[in-house]
Amino acid sequence: MNVPANLKYTKSDEWFDPSSGSMGITDYAQGQLSDIVFVELLVEEGEDVTAGKAIASVESVKASAEIYVSAAGKVSAVNKGLSDKPETLNSDPYGEGWMIKVAGGVAGDVMDAAAYEKYCEERAQ
Amino acid sequence: MTYIPISPNERDAMLKTVGVKTLDGLFDAVPQKHRFPELDLPPALTEMEAAALLSEMATTDENVREHLISFLGAGAYNHYIPSVVDHILRRGEFYTAYTPYQPEISQGTLQAIFEYQSLMTNLTGMEVSNASHYDGATATAEAVNLAFAQFRGKRKKVVMSPTVHPQYREVIRTYSQGMGLEEAGDDASVDLEVGPEALMSLTDENTMLVVVQYPDFFGRIYDYTKLIEDAHTKGALVCIVANPTALLMLKTPASMGADIVVGEAQPFGIPLWYGGPYLGFFTTKKSYVHKMAGRLIGETVDNRGQRSYVLTLTAREQHIKRERATSNICSNQGLLALAAAVYMSTLGKTGLQQVANLCYQKAHYAASELSKIDGFGLCFSEPFFHEFVLCCPKPASEVNEYLLANGILGGYDLGKDYPALENHILMAFTEMNSKQEIDTLVEVLKEMSHE
Repeated sequence: MNVPANLKYTKSDEWFDPSSGSMGITDYAQGQLSDIVFVELLVEEGEDVTAGKAIASVESVKASAEIYVSAAGKVSAVNKGLSDKPETLNSDPYGEGWMIKVAGGVAGDVMDAAAYEKYCEERAQ
Repeated sequence: MTYIPISPNERDAMLKTVGVKTLDGLFDAVPQKHRFPELDLPPALTEMEAAALLSEMATTDENVREHLISFLGAGAYNHYIPSVVDHILRRGEFYTAYTPYQPEISQGTLQAIFEYQSLMTNLTGMEVSNASHYDGATATAEAVNLAFAQFRGKRKKVVMSPTVHPQYREVIRTYSQGMGLEEAGDDASVDLEVGPEALMSLTDENTMLVVVQYPDFFGRIYDYTKLIEDAHTKGALVCIVANPTALLMLKTPASMGADIVVGEAQPFGIPLWYGGPYLGFFTTKKSYVHKMAGRLIGETVDNRGQRSYVLTLTAREQHIKRERATSNICSNQGLLALAAAVYMSTLGKTGLQQVANLCYQKAHYAASELSKIDGFGLCFSEPFFHEFVLCCPKPASEVNEYLLANGILGGYDLGKDYPALENHILMAFTEMNSKQEIDTLVEVLKEMSHE
């Protein structure tokens, strides 16, 4: 399982990059969902988002899930190409699979990489 | 035998667990005086007596098969149903409406739904069809839900033609309560002579959906291409409520650019009954499939490479979305969707087109004969399919009463929904109406006009 050290993580398995303002779903989340076949981004550029708001709706062959904002701020970019290539969320969740970027993002209740890794391991048991 | 399987020992154990001594103790909270209120009922009948009473009551019903010549349509149409439809429906393997979650035991039902979907998309020209909704009205209201979800609530206006079925508009208003929608065009008192282009001035950048009917409630056939182009330039979606029988003869809604095509599929193998259960069909473009309610069956191959069918997508349903579900329509009209599929495949393309042609020819024969009667005439000059508005010299209610006294179920009294159309009757004709029946109608109305 890939848990980059420079990112922050939520309990609902989203990541946030404090340096770029990007956010998305974690490697653990994509693994749990399995093959992702549909993604719809629910926010637009310029929108103010607060932690806990749904930013995307994701469907896999197994389940459907809502993805929530991990850091509040003004949306500066939306990864529009994602809905044409939902499988990107499986192959590259921290890179090409970013969902939105926020400017001046204030992370909500987040963990660092070590704590998140532990959190995932606990659930795997 | 008693049908209550509990034994006295089990009952006592349960009473002991909840801490009550006797069964009556469970009802202590109900005040004594409210326990057995005096009911004003006739004396009880034996089963034999009750059966006799009910069958006597049933004989007083008048139906369109045995007693009445019918020219009533307005959303529900009297068509011939081949007997094979009912035979297939009543097979034990099919006789459930429940959603087939397990493909390994449900191939028959899944294939039938797949066929239904394929036939409906063929008919409307659209890319996908679900299976299905309660009726045409609720399918139409779901188009509003789809559009609302598509714009995520950012567009709030629905433009409805006043000649969409009045009951469908009523259901849309019911469904959309609390959504904070703005409704435009839904006004029965506007000039009903004007064409669909009048809706263009109501459509704006806040419009999520434009709803029109094809043929419209008055039976008029319009080409909605321009209206749809205009709506699309403003970013709005367009829903066409279509009569499936008419689609066999007319240009498809898809070729006009419609985003959603819905309607009532009762004309396809479902009896009139007493207004239901009917079958709402819902078809749309592939790009909106995740906003569509209900289920979508797909074709695939199993682990032996054989063709098989599965429940492919149920994007909004309760068993997938849990607490975030926005629909729970899956186990609904499955059996009726099967009826429609059997009806369509039994008649085949040629047979269905013959039905449509018969409806069309009979309606046009009736129109030409009826307009020869003094005081009667066609209200609109637009082309029509199997239904048209007849202007009468008297209120529609009086004309219908006269017809009924002569064994004829007249048309739909439009004054009930459109105050200005008190003297107007919506008349429908199908393959079930013989030339003789139509001639009888003409004769009776002639007599009336001479009185």
